[in-house]
Amino acid sequence: MAILSYIEAVTHTLREEMKRDPRVFLLGEDVGVRGGVFRATQGLIEEFGEERVIDSPLTESAIVGVSIGAAAYGLRPVAEIQFADFILPAVNQIISEAAKIRYRSNNDWHVPLVIRAPYGGGVHGALYHSQSMERIFAGNPGLKIVAPATPYDVKGLLTSAIRDEDPVLFFEHKRLYRSVKGEVPEQEYTLPIGKGDIKREGSDITVISYGLTLHYVLQAAESLAKEGISTHVFDLMTLYPLDKEGIIEAAAKTGKVLIVHEDHKEGGIGGEVSAVIAEEALFDLDAPIKRLGGPSIPAMPYSPPLEKFYMLNPDKIAQAMRELAYF
Amino acid sequence: MAIHHREIGLSDQTAVEIYRYMFMARKVDEREWILNRAGKIHFVISCQGQEAAQVGAAFALEKGVDYLNPYYRDTGVVLVMGMTVRDLLLSAFAKAEDPNSGGRQMPGHFSSRKLNIMTQSSPTGTQIPHAVGFALAAKYEKKPFVSFVTLGEGTSNQGDFHEALNFAGVHKLPVIVLVENNQYAISVPVKKQLACESVADRAVGYGMPGVSVDGNDPLEVYKAVKEARERALRGEGGTLIEAKTYRLTPHSSDDDDRTYRSRDEVELAKKQDPILRYREYILSQRLMDEGKLAALEKKVMEEIDEATRYAEEAPYPEPESAMLHVYG
Repeated sequence: MAILSYIEAVTHTLREEMKRDPRVFLLGEDVGVRGGVFRATQGLIEEFGEERVIDSPLTESAIVGVSIGAAAYGLRPVAEIQFADFILPAVNQIISEAAKIRYRSNNDWHVPLVIRAPYGGGVHGALYHSQSMERIFAGNPGLKIVAPATPYDVKGLLTSAIRDEDPVLFFEHKRLYRSVKGEVPEQEYTLPIGKGDIKREGSDITVISYGLTLHYVLQAAESLAKEGISTHVFDLMTLYPLDKEGIIEAAAKTGKVLIVHEDHKEGGIGGEVSAVIAEEALFDLDAPIKRLGGPSIPAMPYSPPLEKFYMLNPDKIAQAMRELAYF
Repeated sequence: MAIHHREIGLSDQTAVEIYRYMFMARKVDEREWILNRAGKIHFVISCQGQEAAQVGAAFALEKGVDYLNPYYRDTGVVLVMGMTVRDLLLSAFAKAEDPNSGGRQMPGHFSSRKLNIMTQSSPTGTQIPHAVGFALAAKYEKKPFVSFVTLGEGTSNQGDFHEALNFAGVHKLPVIVLVENNQYAISVPVKKQLACESVADRAVGYGMPGVSVDGNDPLEVYKAVKEARERALRGEGGTLIEAKTYRLTPHSSDDDDRTYRSRDEVELAKKQDPILRYREYILSQRLMDEGKLAALEKKVMEEIDEATRYAEEAPYPEPESAMLHVYG
């Protein structure tokens, strides 16, 4: 079993799926010769040629729209949006088109399309290279939104996304690309889209998170363990449709729930997660559901102290966990 | 007509078939307006005035081989490609059997995987990148088909138009873009829509030929699309074709065009009605006499009557079927 970084797991999986299925091709800005600005597609144009690794013009709406046409024909496009922040010109294609094609054609047409988008902050990217865009797409039936936190999950979920018959948005946290490494089996495997995962068993409080903050939660849980607080950690992994059963079970396990994400607290995925718990698990709760997220400012500022102020970290999270444990 | 049908390789029989489809498209449309005004169907969006452009173009395509991304006025296109009058009326009545969407979409949102017609939405221009995606698939799979997409002149201002045509131009993809310039985007006239003289002028920016043709002449449109198709199949890339037409009806059954254009202007356009002009051509070329033509028209009307009856009596979708087909 190889130890891969998060971004190596992306490249490894793309290569594996392209070898497996000649219909799989990549397109996006700089994905070819440059190998992606983050190097997620490094070496793939040399291996598969420019017909299958397409350096597209600078056109987000066309990257998605052309992929929709190709997918409807029967190909398997994996489109890259260079930064999730730049996905907005393609939102009409994603929400008005990709999400509704199966439904509006009464199951006649469908679009097996994957859109990869690096998201998140803490990388000195300022307002427009740091955002969490998942909230825009969540709650749009017809779409699936995946946001893995570990290299193992990247491979399993990206493989599933490419083989899925419906459009999948695959959000990769930029800060995890090179900071997280983990074991990734050589052989093919898939993980189910729509299922979360218990990343740590615990009995005092439940913390639900995804992406970068999941790692911070795990670090905080480790330090709280030394204080005698036992934390149950649930990774959402799929942000839409949510794993409602998994969420309810995780909440009921301890009766005290904290939801943590980097995205703004207001209007983020956490609101929907807490609604699921409030509707289905009220009588299992021993404390009000708490949310911890980014502040209500338009986006993450550039200057280091400002960025640090925005970002969550293990200390901020540990404090919120402590407060919940002692409620 | 500026061109003779035999000069462009069309048999007398095909020339008559073009008339039959134009007439059929017009009469289905008129029937839908009657049903709408009688309160039997909720919405109509017309092809009237654009039948020559639509039917002429569709005859230059290969059924079951080429892929289509038509827009909401393209009754003429989809009829030629194999959709039936009954299919269209089932859609107008929003019945379960509607092949486009099972009654989920408004009329005019055509779809049939069997006929290579890709489903559309209502926001304009989104279908153009899809068409380029089908063209990309043709190149990727090395398959000899073209991708055909239509839109109005107003839509040629949308970002998706420019993004898609540029993408197609860079990759020399086999796409034929037909702009049916009917002079109005709902109420806004072409002079307030386009900063250039003609939509076809825009083609130079995308590295493909731009052709402007008389959209009231099905033979001229046929010729332009046929040439574009041959060009595409030779691997020389896409073509932008502008067919100049006139929309004879309001934008839709919910629009009142008296608020933005004079009756004199519409009456003048009716004198150029492509159906009347092409009917004259059929008679002047002695492809049919008045009696045979009247019999052909009568037969089309019978088909429309029968389809209306069938569609009106057909069942609506089961309410709970609204929950189906969100995911595969």
